[in-house]
Amino acid sequence: MTEQTAILTATNVTKRFGGLVAVSEFDFDVPKDSIVSIIGPNGAGKTTFFNCISGFYEVDEGTIEFDGNVLNHRSPDMIARTGIGRTYQNIRLFTNMTAIENILVGMEPILHSTWIGAILHTPGTLREEKKAVEDALHWLRFVGLVGKGDFLAKNLPYGDQRRLEIARALAGKPKLLLLDEPTAGMNPMESAEMMRFIRQLRDDLGITILLIEHDMRVVMGISERVTVLDYGMEIAEGTPEEIQRNPRVIEAYLGRGAATGLGAGKAVNA
Amino acid sequence: MVKSWDIDLRIPLRFGLIAGLIALMESVIGIVTLSWERSLVANVVTMGQVLLFAPAIVIASMAAKQANQDKKLVSLLYGLVTGFLTAIPLIILIAMATAFDLRQFMPNVSPALIELLTFGRSPVAGSLILLGVTSLMGLLAAAFDFLPKFIQRPLLMGLIVTLTIGIFSEILSNRLRDLVSVDFSRAIFEGKALKTIIAAGLFAFVAVLNFLWNQFQEPIRGAFGSLPPRLTRVLRVLVILVLIALGLLIPTIAGTYLSEVINNVGIFVLMGLGLNIVVGFAGLLDLGYVAFFAIGAYSMAVFTTEGPLGVSNMSFWAAIPFCIVIAAFAGIVLGVPVLRMRGDYLAIVTLGFGEIIRILALSDLLKPYIGGAQGVLKIPKPTIINFFAVIRDFFVNLFRGLPLPKAPFETIDLIKPEQFYYIVLAGCALAWFVSWRLGESRLGRQWMAVREDEDVAEAVGIKLVSTKLLAFAVGAAFSGLSGAFFASKLTSIFPHSFKLDISINVLCLIIIGGIGSLPGVVVGSIILVGMPELLREFKEYRLLMYGILLVVMMLARPEGFIPSAVKRREMLTADEQMQASAETESAAGD
Repeated sequence: MTEQTAILTATNVTKRFGGLVAVSEFDFDVPKDSIVSIIGPNGAGKTTFFNCISGFYEVDEGTIEFDGNVLNHRSPDMIARTGIGRTYQNIRLFTNMTAIENILVGMEPILHSTWIGAILHTPGTLREEKKAVEDALHWLRFVGLVGKGDFLAKNLPYGDQRRLEIARALAGKPKLLLLDEPTAGMNPMESAEMMRFIRQLRDDLGITILLIEHDMRVVMGISERVTVLDYGMEIAEGTPEEIQRNPRVIEAYLGRGAATGLGAGKAVNA
Repeated sequence: MVKSWDIDLRIPLRFGLIAGLIALMESVIGIVTLSWERSLVANVVTMGQVLLFAPAIVIASMAAKQANQDKKLVSLLYGLVTGFLTAIPLIILIAMATAFDLRQFMPNVSPALIELLTFGRSPVAGSLILLGVTSLMGLLAAAFDFLPKFIQRPLLMGLIVTLTIGIFSEILSNRLRDLVSVDFSRAIFEGKALKTIIAAGLFAFVAVLNFLWNQFQEPIRGAFGSLPPRLTRVLRVLVILVLIALGLLIPTIAGTYLSEVINNVGIFVLMGLGLNIVVGFAGLLDLGYVAFFAIGAYSMAVFTTEGPLGVSNMSFWAAIPFCIVIAAFAGIVLGVPVLRMRGDYLAIVTLGFGEIIRILALSDLLKPYIGGAQGVLKIPKPTIINFFAVIRDFFVNLFRGLPLPKAPFETIDLIKPEQFYYIVLAGCALAWFVSWRLGESRLGRQWMAVREDEDVAEAVGIKLVSTKLLAFAVGAAFSGLSGAFFASKLTSIFPHSFKLDISINVLCLIIIGGIGSLPGVVVGSIILVGMPELLREFKEYRLLMYGILLVVMMLARPEGFIPSAVKRREMLTADEQMQASAETESAAGD
């Protein structure tokens, strides 16, 4: 991790909920242009860490630095504007808005028109709106939802909703994309498709990817670095191969003998 | 055989008892007695009769529809039994009223009511007649359903239009007398009702028109659709121009009384448009909305009054911007502390805010400035320059070589409701325009997103603070403008004009009209503000009607009379949604 510049650096991050320490003295780097995964049993603090990055939670100790900005004490909208997009473990679309509207809302970090411009229909506002709709259609095409722009988000099938959520995150032109279990509920074929898609995001758009994932096939298949959390603490960090061989991980997390496909060891531990 | 008929007597029993209880309630609360003499069509039908028998007819028809489509006898039976049962509670009432004096508990159960329920006969004979009449009506209502749809619809439309015109006969006949002539009015109306022959003609006319429209709707629309786009645009502009002309002519057509009613409606439309932004667009439930109305009204009052409380003697026009800005500022002041509150909590806090403002207006603390319970008096009406006279003088004097007109120009005081109408119209048009532009804009999307999921909205980069405060400020600004008009229209204001019921009223009207829908605000205001004004004789039943209307609306048409595009989308795609969720399940199952 030292040879590349880190785009996201977490130093000594601790988050407590009352007596429960959800994330404990966590040091973490995401190198620029990489794909990094965080894995760990349920309740290990992965999503909590995501929520700390995107500003839902204020960290109790430590700092999170992104692209030269310290993210502590910033509201979620400011953090979104510094260039971090995210998706959610349980899809959180604006369900009663259309697919296109969802993407347009995702464009917020890069839109500038004001409400006065909207009332007066100033040329700048109209130009920006027109461009925004064109871009939204582009993102719709990009994630493979052509022709579904006018569907309400809640009426889209599950897989499409996942993709729409990613399109919404992409629309804000993020430098870093946080994906919270992007393949949850998908069959192996769909997961493979999603893996290709995620790699494409990094290769073609130059977006750094940080993901939480349970599907070991996905984690081992696309990650360049993997970090393992357990009870809020980092227990291992390395390349997928190193992680697969790491005895502590196998013991604490994967269970005996499990290397690929996720075994029963996961839930029991949590 | 009987089994294959699928008769379930519980259906008409249930419907019949509901209908009977409605008819009973109408009788007991006195509205039947009150409206019995109110003729709709002279010598044919009165409002009381419609009210008393409508439950039997409407509900029997509903009961009949429960029967299997091809079982006509069953549905007739259902209609008959429902109609029959409708009379039972009324007959019990007749019996009890004959035996005891019920007026101690139910003051409206008067001999007059019993007399009209029994058609002036003895209790027994009258009860039997009532039973026969309602049964017959139930039967007819069921039979009506056998008519093909293309006949049903025109008949219903004709009936509704004729009865509606009948209800407003008095106002209409007065207008016709002023606009055309006394003779013309007398030719159409008899007393406070439509003449029978005219009513029949009107019914036939509307029915035929509706029939033709239903038959030829498709080809006409198709023809319009196939017109060249340039022509459609010209036509659209023409329609808009005609509507504008009509809007400008309304006071002349409507006369003083109706103009006054329309102005009141307009003031509520303006408030409704504002609350629509807060509740409809941004999803922030505000129950203290009257506060901004009061603030706008008091600002106008204090800035312009010629009484001792005046601070500046501004003109109406100079004060308007101040009223708007002050109200918008108040919106922000309320908005800041409630930024983090949602749903119920927000509603309660805003409710408190509304009351605080009213109590402040009543308080001794502010009495030296805004008059306490005595209110603010002598608020001037707006004045405009008589452009017509000035331009005329300009040319006349130019021609004659006299000095040209100079300031101060000749002015007109907008005293009459017909004149004030234009100010209200301009205010509503402005608010409509702003609502429409904002609703379609980036800000409109932000509001929608905040309404849907506040956390995610913030995480995609929406500034919650400014988005919410803008909604509060714009909503409050419209309400403040409305209050300013209100103060100037009444020329004096008192704290008791700004009670909680105004907030509730405005909220009800946007719900009934269709939340988030601009035309819905207008329709809601006409129904909840205009109608009660026109039906003043039934004033005491106003709240009851509100309640009934709201309950019925929520059951039958929860999206409102004119649902917004968003709501319509939500409702229409229910099937699609089911299909999608089925797919979701299969996807998740893999």
